[in-house]
Amino acid sequence: MFDTTNIITCAFLFISLNFEVFLLITYFENRLEIKKEENFVALGIKKYPAVTIIVPCWNEQFTVSKTIHSLLSLDYPKNKLKIMVVNDGSTDGTWEVVQKFKNNPQVELHKKENGGKYTALNYGLSKLSTDLVGCLDADSYVHKDALRQIIPYFQDKEIMAVAPSIKLWKPKTILELLQKVEYGFGIFTRKMFHYMQAVYITPGPFSIFRKEVFEKLGPYRHAHNTEDIEIALRMQKNNYKIAHAHNALVYTVPPKTIRKLLKQRIRWSHGFIKNATDYRYMFFKKQYGNLGMIILPMASISVVSVLFVSVVSIFNMLKSMINEFIKIQTVGFNLNWSSFNFDWFYINTEIIAIIGIIIAIGTITMILMSKRMSEGKFDIGMDLVYYLALYMFIAPLWIGKAAYNAIFSIKTSWR
Amino acid sequence: MEPKKINSKKYLYSFLITVIIFSTAIFLSNYFGQKKLDEIRNIQDKISIDILSSETQFSLLEESLCKDLGTGTLSTELANLENKLAYTENERGVNDPEVQTLKQYYSLLEIKDYLLMNKISDKCKKTPLSIIYFYSNNDCGDCEKEGYVLTRLRETYPELRIYSFDYNLNISAVKTLISINKVENKLPALIIKDKIYYGFQSIEDLEKAVPELQILKEAQNASSTTATSTKK
Repeated sequence: MFDTTNIITCAFLFISLNFEVFLLITYFENRLEIKKEENFVALGIKKYPAVTIIVPCWNEQFTVSKTIHSLLSLDYPKNKLKIMVVNDGSTDGTWEVVQKFKNNPQVELHKKENGGKYTALNYGLSKLSTDLVGCLDADSYVHKDALRQIIPYFQDKEIMAVAPSIKLWKPKTILELLQKVEYGFGIFTRKMFHYMQAVYITPGPFSIFRKEVFEKLGPYRHAHNTEDIEIALRMQKNNYKIAHAHNALVYTVPPKTIRKLLKQRIRWSHGFIKNATDYRYMFFKKQYGNLGMIILPMASISVVSVLFVSVVSIFNMLKSMINEFIKIQTVGFNLNWSSFNFDWFYINTEIIAIIGIIIAIGTITMILMSKRMSEGKFDIGMDLVYYLALYMFIAPLWIGKAAYNAIFSIKTSWR
Repeated sequence: MEPKKINSKKYLYSFLITVIIFSTAIFLSNYFGQKKLDEIRNIQDKISIDILSSETQFSLLEESLCKDLGTGTLSTELANLENKLAYTENERGVNDPEVQTLKQYYSLLEIKDYLLMNKISDKCKKTPLSIIYFYSNNDCGDCEKEGYVLTRLRETYPELRIYSFDYNLNISAVKTLISINKVENKLPALIIKDKIYYGFQSIEDLEKAVPELQILKEAQNASSTTATSTKK
């Protein structure tokens, strides 16, 4: 009745279900907290602290102005917000484009030799004069309330960084709608990680840090092109608290083609695998809390399980498609609806099918809750349909390639 | 900074909930699996009763007219049983002991049905319309294709009785059937009107081998045209 593939699939399903249950328990434990937090943030604060936002740019002549404009329109006291544009040796017209901001008292322009995003950030950090600092990639835009949503969290002296919620900029195509669900789901899980004190990414776009993080823990590192994972892991390792301001919205422009999407995701997955390997001593150590005990191990297992389950399912699907093809080839195509009778006997009642359905229901529940959290509505749209139907086929592509690159030490590039 | 704490209770609860969900799923899966086996057994019992009833009817009416003893008295459940058995074999695996037992019983029922049909045809001077099919689950590339062909034939000609046997099934009645017909281990193998055909046979091949099918087809077409014309 059971072969090895089934046993491994069942083991992965058990682990995934366990994690899903863990996330849902966390949600039900903290669902009142979410409302409390929103009310607390809505109160605002008396004295807004000064913040610097670094905009590292390398060949972003078409998007950089819009990014800077979105920062200038932030609802925040003008004299408390400084924008530091760091041109990382662009070879296009970026430097000329940003010159139009040179007389703006809020904007500072810097240029340096090309050295990669993390060097541009570190350059900005070295010129820093405020206690709070963040960064915004030149392909992202902030909602005007984003900073006001983030700053109140810093009233807690222990919170050293606050991550925002990332959304897609005007998703339209199937590929973008699919990612929209994924980002929405990301908002939900990050909020749950916030309650578990286990946020392990401070996303490049608009995470805000206390300056002392970099003073005490050192500057950004190359970190396999994912410095936003590395700095968060380094902070977690030193027991620095990271919060997630779920209503602080940042919009990022989705990759336009499947190739660009794959490239971006390969970089992310590869960065996660490599950084998790660098910080592997945190795994299953109680002193690192939920991050060490469940989040990092689960995130790592999911790399293997997504690959395994998808490959097995795709293989089975191909097999039945081939069978169907042989059948049509042998006896022709004959769709005989009159002979079709519903018989419960032919419903799949294997354990894997039942558990698979339970996990899918759990996932849909979480996606709906994340929608309510990030959009204030609770509906099932085409985006969810695309996500459920297609994600399984696309995700293994980048996870597989990233795992391959990590194992054979192939470097990923930014673009 | 304070070191982080973990809530061990939450880990325990989430684990327990997962175990409960998993156990429920295993229980449900077994429950439905048993239900399916029960259904197969029920069909087998029904067929067994049908055969016994036909045999008894046959003995009682030894001297009577053939119109009381058409092939219509034979069980109509064989195809349904075979489909469900094939599905179960696929789901539970060929080596499942329950599947093995059910297949043995099914093969015996098929042989009994075959004998009874021959007897009736003999008495009523009719050509028995039957195909005996030997297949194997291993090393038989064409068996799957032959299966599709026979399923389609059965759908097209419900009067045609198809008896399929696993060549390697460990049951003496099937072994006897193989030896009296001298069927070699070259599968798929079909017996049509005492003649053995080895290798893949397409729908057209079989329609040629059983010319009566053509007559049946014409009769069917005629009746469907009358049906539609009466509707008008």
